[in-house]
Amino acid sequence: MTELSIVFTLNGERREIRAPAHHTLLHVLRDGLGAVEVKEGCGEGVCGTCTVLLDGEPVSSCLVLAGRVAGRDVTTIRGLGNGETLHPLQEEFVAHGGAQCGFCTPGMILTAYAFLREHPHPTRADIRRAIAGNLCRCTGYTKIIDAIAAAADRETRPRG
Amino acid sequence: MPAVPFEYHAPATLSEALELLQAHAGDAKPLAGGQSLVPMLTLRLARPAVVVDLHRLHELEEVRRDNGVLEIGALARHRALERGEGLLSACPLLQEAAPLIGNVRVRTLGTLGGSLAHADPAAELPAVVRALDGTLVLRSLRGERAVPAQDFFVGILTTALQPDELLIAVRLPIFGPGVGCAVEEFSRRAGDFAIVASVAVVELDPAGRVARARVALAGVGPTPQRLAGAEEALVGVQPSAETFRKALAGRPLEIEPESDIHASAAYRHHLARVLTARALERASAAAGRPIR
Repeated sequence: MTELSIVFTLNGERREIRAPAHHTLLHVLRDGLGAVEVKEGCGEGVCGTCTVLLDGEPVSSCLVLAGRVAGRDVTTIRGLGNGETLHPLQEEFVAHGGAQCGFCTPGMILTAYAFLREHPHPTRADIRRAIAGNLCRCTGYTKIIDAIAAAADRETRPRG
Repeated sequence: MPAVPFEYHAPATLSEALELLQAHAGDAKPLAGGQSLVPMLTLRLARPAVVVDLHRLHELEEVRRDNGVLEIGALARHRALERGEGLLSACPLLQEAAPLIGNVRVRTLGTLGGSLAHADPAAELPAVVRALDGTLVLRSLRGERAVPAQDFFVGILTTALQPDELLIAVRLPIFGPGVGCAVEEFSRRAGDFAIVASVAVVELDPAGRVARARVALAGVGPTPQRLAGAEEALVGVQPSAETFRKALAGRPLEIEPESDIHASAAYRHHLARVLTARALERASAAAGRPIR
């Protein structure tokens, strides 16, 4: 067994942690650093609840071995707002009832965040495809799609 | 559940990686994007004593273009293929096939070489490389060898790779005008492996008839299957949905799919025909368009 000393950036802060090499980023975040906003669902990379951004791109934290985050930037849902105000996507999820039990919400919003940065003017069909890898068992998805569409409108509408 | 503990190495150079694979031949597993191997580790379907993590080998992410051949480093990511980043845009078939793989998180980390070396019979990229008559470059401390795709895929999750060898690159042909490619697949849910996928490469003659067709299928056997007989029968055909359907209907397809929990053998046969006709039609249409 190999024990690793890993330095990486979590939501803008430098973190240093020791972890066994066979543990995943999900273990490190939840059990090592108390970042319980990252949810464990299937543990096989299918459900999307454990999504975090690795250098800005969505990954399943359950499928990233701990040693792989050395020197890299990890963003969880806490990294989107500033602690005082919510990110526009978070506000629209609240406004549209896009969160019910809330378990899929962090992964859903992070996936939407990365998607909107690359596709600022999506159609509803684009949004549906973008979140196809994130499962929600409460909302029926419609309100989630409404929330993402509203956030996209807000971001691209000229501010007055 | 965490994986069974293993010895972990993340070598900084290719030669270091090859030394590790040789020193632990049979006990070591190379880790590329980890989107198949990590779930196998955590489900404890794989229990290697040693994991050689390749993520620091950025030299294996490089893409080169040389005399009509595109050489893609084994660690090129599915997202890079999907976006057609840099020289990868020279192979539009990759841009079409990559979005069909898993979900966006799998595509962020998953690699071309990882998918080929894993050799899932229902995966898209092995069928793509087989349809393109690609060549796989394998390296060990013993030397380097170039293996044609038809010899690389040996069985379910089994390839020609020896325990001390690493797949370092894939060579694919770059086509000019007059050649088109397409992939069609059916899966039950977004992100699932295909029940059947069909990849077609069509070259048209100046009169617009099929000069050469290549078809590779995923999901109908232990390895990606080429349809040699059908490919011959397609030569000279004037492309249309009707003519392709007829050319394929007049003969038994050279596949022997098995029934499993996902689909019956008869249904896979049906899908193979329908999807192949559609792929041929779209590939022909692409062949008729000028290439960027």
